[in-house]
Amino acid sequence: MSEFLRQHGAEIGRLTFEHVWLTGFAMLFAAGIGIPLGILLTRKERLARPVLAVANVLQVIPSLALFGLLLPVPWLGERAARLAIVALTGYALLPILRNTYAGIRSVDAGLIDVSNALGMNNLQRLIKVELPLSASVILAGLRTATVTCVGVATIAAAIGAGGLGELIFRGVASVDNELVLAGAVPAALLALAADGLLGLAEKRLAVRR
Amino acid sequence: MAIQHVEFANVSFALPDGRPILRDISLTVEAGTTTALLGRSGSGKTTLLRMVNGLVLPTAGQVRVGGLDVLSADKIDLRRRIGYVIQETGLFPHMSILRNVGLILELAHAHPNHVALRVGEMLRLVGLGEEFADRYPWQLSGGQRQRVGLARALAGEPGFLLMDEPLGALDPLTRADMQTMLRDLLRRVGKTTLIVTHDLEEALFLADRVVLLEAGRVVADLAASEVRMSRNVAVREYVAATHRGESA
Repeated sequence: MSEFLRQHGAEIGRLTFEHVWLTGFAMLFAAGIGIPLGILLTRKERLARPVLAVANVLQVIPSLALFGLLLPVPWLGERAARLAIVALTGYALLPILRNTYAGIRSVDAGLIDVSNALGMNNLQRLIKVELPLSASVILAGLRTATVTCVGVATIAAAIGAGGLGELIFRGVASVDNELVLAGAVPAALLALAADGLLGLAEKRLAVRR
Repeated sequence: MAIQHVEFANVSFALPDGRPILRDISLTVEAGTTTALLGRSGSGKTTLLRMVNGLVLPTAGQVRVGGLDVLSADKIDLRRRIGYVIQETGLFPHMSILRNVGLILELAHAHPNHVALRVGEMLRLVGLGEEFADRYPWQLSGGQRQRVGLARALAGEPGFLLMDEPLGALDPLTRADMQTMLRDLLRRVGKTTLIVTHDLEEALFLADRVVLLEAGRVVADLAASEVRMSRNVAVREYVAATHRGESA
């Protein structure tokens, strides 16, 4: 065990960092697109159905197939990490988008009414009322998306994007269980840690009624 | 600028599907008076109330607040000069009582010290201590929440007060307490008030004048003191329905 770690420790560290890096960037993009777009959908209800349908399609395509589909795309296919981040962003989008949209829409109509009656403009209503009241729902979406991303990112190794999946794939190919575990255990711990931390934040943001 | 009075001139409102909610209503609410809009559920009284601060816009006719047509008025400015209280209070659960009550001042970028002072003043006005400022709505009873809702509506020194079934969600005893408090308060602050209720006793207790609505029309408009003597069929029906339990 210790012998194994001495041999592979540095590599596990590097790949874990890569894994976090891939997931982190994808989440950053997905949140950057998903939250504003989700807010926009609550303002333009007509767009909600088609946009959510597109996000849903992205989510439904099997991950390996999505990597494969993006591979021939000119600019994307050139760098594996680039492609992986785009694909992961696609996966993370639906839960964030859906929860932002649903969270804001679930804000009590009476409170929206009062916000308007107090003379809030659209932006004030969003910042002072709608976002704080839907924050825990939005965060729940971020949490689902992050956990999905950490999982799907292991598969990104199949197209050479790196991450902990690399150890798993190499271990499977060489029938080396230790190597498989060296990738699988940190990946599982990453997912659990992300889930736990974001779950904690979600609880903190929940509003007592 | 204080709002002197509100005028409804041949106001109608229909839903997008054409279903009429209010039909040709003409009414003037005089400055400094309390007027109750009375009627059964679906009679259009809430819709009429919501036209004053432009939450609902008339599909025909004109609503003038202090001489200004609501349709063309700056709604945000208008709303900040009109206090609004609804059933279940509509307090923001994520804000302390201080922030809830001071919200209208916060929106007007008042200095926090000024907001805190004013909130304390408002809480005392509605019979709550300043120690309530740091609490949250879930820590309060229904009656206390309703008082906070009222304090919030008054914090911006509105010229006009709109109340939509403000006491609808309370038990009878708390409700009676609140009615007494509200009547004293309205007399003291002397705001022009429009209050929606389906409770005749409440209307008579609080208002100078009662307007009875039925299916979107005004069927009676009389001084509160005249209601019991009225020969108006609709009024007599309403009075009789209210007192049914006593004669049985």
